[in-house]
Formats: sequence, C-alpha cells, structure tokens
Amino acid sequence: MAVFRKRTHAPSPKKKDIAAGLWTKCPDSGEMVFTKDLEANWNVFPSGIHDRLPAARRVELLIDEGTWRETDARLASKDPLKFTAGGSYPERVAQHQRKSGLRDSVICGTGTLEGIPVSLAVMDFSFMGASMGSVAGEKVTRAIERALQQRRACIVVCASGGARMQEGILSLMQMAKTSAALARLRAAGLPYVAVLTNPTMAGVMASYATLGDVIVAEPGALIGFAGARVIKETTNQDLPEGFQTSEFLLKRGLIDCIIPRKEMKPRLAKLLRALGPRAKAKPAARRRR
Amino acid sequence: MTTVAKPRFTLEFEKPIRELEDQIAQIRASSEGAGIDASKELASLEDKLEKTRREIYGNLTPWQRVQLARHPRRPYSLDYIQLLFDDFQELHGDRLFMDDESTVGGTAIFEGNPVVVIGQQKGRDTKENLRRNFGCPNPEGYRKALRLMRLAERFGLPIVTLVDTPGAFPGIGSEERHVAEAIAVNLREMSQLRVPIVTFVIGEGGSGGALGIAVSDRVYILENAYYSVISPEGCAAILFKDRAHAPKAAEALKLDSANLVRLGVVDGVVREPLGGAQEDPAATASGIRKTLRGALAELGKLKPEKLLAGRYAKFRGMGVYAS
Repeated sequence: MAVFRKRTHAPSPKKKDIAAGLWTKCPDSGEMVFTKDLEANWNVFPSGIHDRLPAARRVELLIDEGTWRETDARLASKDPLKFTAGGSYPERVAQHQRKSGLRDSVICGTGTLEGIPVSLAVMDFSFMGASMGSVAGEKVTRAIERALQQRRACIVVCASGGARMQEGILSLMQMAKTSAALARLRAAGLPYVAVLTNPTMAGVMASYATLGDVIVAEPGALIGFAGARVIKETTNQDLPEGFQTSEFLLKRGLIDCIIPRKEMKPRLAKLLRALGPRAKAKPAARRRR
Repeated sequence: MTTVAKPRFTLEFEKPIRELEDQIAQIRASSEGAGIDASKELASLEDKLEKTRREIYGNLTPWQRVQLARHPRRPYSLDYIQLLFDDFQELHGDRLFMDDESTVGGTAIFEGNPVVVIGQQKGRDTKENLRRNFGCPNPEGYRKALRLMRLAERFGLPIVTLVDTPGAFPGIGSEERHVAEAIAVNLREMSQLRVPIVTFVIGEGGSGGALGIAVSDRVYILENAYYSVISPEGCAAILFKDRAHAPKAAEALKLDSANLVRLGVVDGVVREPLGGAQEDPAATASGIRKTLRGALAELGKLKPEKLLAGRYAKFRGMGVYAS
C-alpha cells in the first residue's frame, strides 16, 4: 500500500487526464487513483478492490524473473462453424487480437514460482471475455499435459464468462478435454491449483476451475455457474446478499481459501512446497476413490 | 356414440399438414353421412397430404428440429427404457442430499446382458414436470448419476446414458450445493471409468447439463435432437439482444444432428420416423437398439486400458485451431 500513501495529497485529477487514462476511478469508493500507481500495485485499488489483471502481468506476479518460457503462443482460432450471426467471428477475433496484443484468451508456459517448477496457464478477460473456445481449451490441456510430462505442479489462473458461443459445441467439448487431462494429472499424484479471479463463470467453472486439488480465489471475485440474471428470471427469487462472490463460496465451503493478489505468490509457494511434487518420495499409489 | 378425437399438438410449421388432415377428416365424415362418393377428392387430398409431409419434414430447419426435440409428446428417457430394456430397477438418490427426479437410473437388462442405464427425465404434464424440474438437474442429479456409474464400474457393467435436458438448473440452491463442481467431477471421473459408456442424445442436449453425463466412448444423437453449448434463445439474447431471433441462432450454432456429425462431436445419427420420434416411439427405439447393440459389441471387446485410451483420444482431439 506504500505506493498510495505517497500520493494522498496529490492534486485532484483533471477531466482530460481521466479521459486519457491517467487516472482510474475505484468502482467501490469512487476515489480517483493515478493509473500508474494502480498498475504498480497489481491493479489493486487502495479500497482493496481487485481490478482485472492482464495475463502478462499475472505471469510477472507469479513467476520468478527470467524463468518464464511461454509455449504454444502460435495457437489461434479458426472459424469451424462459419459463424456469422451478430458479425463475422474471424473479424471479431482479429479485432481483439489487435486491441490486446494476444492471440486468444489464454497464455501458457513454464517457469518457477519461488524456485518451484510449475506449468502455468492464465486467462485474460480482456480477450472476448476470456471465453473458452478451441484455443483456450487446447492451451489449458497442453499446460496440464506438460505438467504431467515434466512432473511439475500445474496452476491455472481462471477468469471467464464461459464457453465461446461462436465455436458452438466445440467449445463445450473443451470442458471434457481439460477435465480428462486433469484426471490423468490427478492419477499421477501431481498437484493442480485453480486460482479463481473475477469473473469465473459457466463452462470454465463447470470444468477445470472447480477441479483443483486446491481452489483459491481472489477477494470479491464473481464466481458461479449460471448468471445471476438467468437465476432470477428462472426462479423469480431474490438473490442472497453477496451471492456468487468469493466470500459467499468460502462460507458455503466451495473453495479452500481467499488470497489477496499481493500475497498470492508466497502463499501458492507455501502450498506447493507442502503438496509436491517431491523429487524423491513417490506419491502414494492412487487409491481408487 | 361420438368419439372426440384427442387434440393433437401442432407446431407452427406443421399447420399446413394439420389443415389438410382436418379437411380430409371433414370430407370423409360428411360424405359418409350423406352417402356421397368422395373417394376421388379424398385420394387427391391424401396425395397432397403425403407430399406436404415430405416437403415439410424432409426439409426441417435447425430451429424446427429444436422444436421437435422439445415436442411435448416426444418419447422421454423412461419411455425408451421401457422399450429397450428388461427388468429395469430404478435406484434413487445421491446418498448426500436428495433424490433428484430430473435424472433417473438403475440396473436393467439389454438383450440378455446387465447394464446400468441413466437418463434425464422430463415430465409429461405440469404436475410431473414440477417433480422432474422440467428435466433440469440440480447438483444431486449429477451426483446420483456418478454414484450409479461407479456402481456399474465396480460390477463391470456397461453404462448407457440418455441425454434430454434444457440444461442444469439455474437456481440458488443449485449454486449453493455447487452444480458446477458436480458437473466438472462427472467429466473428470467419466473419463476414467473402466467400463464402456454409450450415450444417446434423445431430445435436448443442453450444454454442460448434457455433457455432465456424456463423456462417453460413443455418443449418438437422434435425428431431430440437438446438442449445443447454449440454448438458441440464450444465444439470441446475447447476439441480437432478442430471444425472438432464436431461429437464426439455432442456424448459426450448428446444433443439429447432421452438423454435429460433421464437426466430429457425435459418432452417428439414429433416424426418426417422418414427423419425429413421437410418431412412432417403438420404431425409434428399435433404431436405438440396433446402434446400441453394435456399440456394446465393439466396446465389449476392448481391455479397459484400450477403452480409456480411446475415450481420452476422442475428447482430446476435439477443437479446431491454427498452430
């Protein structure tokens, strides 16, 4: 928080500076924060609100400097359905590629986390709502398979609005593909940690996001299966206070813990040091259920 | 004695057929009463009716198939279970919270051999639909299904699943008891079950709610059933901000049986009688029987390791991308 204290007496921001993105408004307190400071603070506002973090910055947050090796960077979407409803799909993808500098909604690779070798996949919400199509599913699957081959721990930082509609049923099948890969990782006794960030919903939630040996969430993240609007329309019920937030899920016993972003790396390291994989000790043979 | 014909359920696109049928019935009734020979007129109308039926049912749009998949008289899981199996013994409950009646399952005999069959079940009327939750499983439906699948694995029985759901239930309790986890665990565990699994999508294949019992060695679909990542209405609401554009969304999603084969997501299509499965449930069931017999014979020959490798490869290969 030191970054912010320096600027308590900063001049109030001018309109044109806000427009230029020099200042960012906290969605909770309304406080204007100097964008550079926000970025230096891993996009966490002084109020504690965790803003979205670009995937590349997430890698920086978690992976030891100089150890990151991105893999499968060339994978890109095709248009298997020739999906034209609501605009051409390839054009939308191209647009997001230009805007974000990403090929699709997931980046993956290997590196060390406090010296522990990990295979990591990170979803980036800015790319079409981090929707999961063939590329996202393939990259997450490869990250899991790479962990298996190289006997590393696997971490997937989740964020997603759900499956990517424009790839139809093929997007749905990514749920089966990733889950089947996780079954193999599990049978091999290698740890998998799912990190849930704002928002993690629907198809991603009903596959690898909930299959972690350990499931951690960032504070205040929206996490669930069905969207709140759909639940309201279907059931005609008022939703409980804080429904589908990290805190709500913790209370219901659905996630292991909530970890603030700035503590994420050391606490993941603590976990992985406990879970392994160990170099020597063989994991106990998997007891069938 | 007058017999009152049971009112038939007519979909919008079936109206030309129904009109001709009514016309024929009327002429037949009035000509008989008056002793007039209307056979010529009737023959020509019958001919026209047959042509119209072929014209309409032979060129169904994806949206029309979705409507047939949701037809209130369409055979449901328990209907097919009666038609396909002997000695069905229903087994209830997830052993944790409740018995979710939107999913049924139990032991049964298929052509002399024991299997475990699991199906998603809609209600025939409002009362039954409330009990069956309109075929939308809560987490307990998936947990019951997995419990029965593990039972099958322990006793070496093949598993047959019948998919027919608009989707997993979007409700507060469903979220609180973690429907996402229930589905995800099924996906993971099904990929490792050491017995053959064969799935038929018999009506609605609603997204994760369908996939939750469909990570199988063979996945077949009935001709007018659909299987989709999102409902056409849901897709239209997102793309066009209007659920009324569902027909366009259904077209775009490529959710119909022919397209699903082309995309490599299903292994084959079971033909339905002209007009849909409800026109002749027994004939539809015999198509399923034939397909199931072939699949079980083929899968039954495989050692568990081969079976699992094949199942993994099947889903591992799904997806289209440039590299």
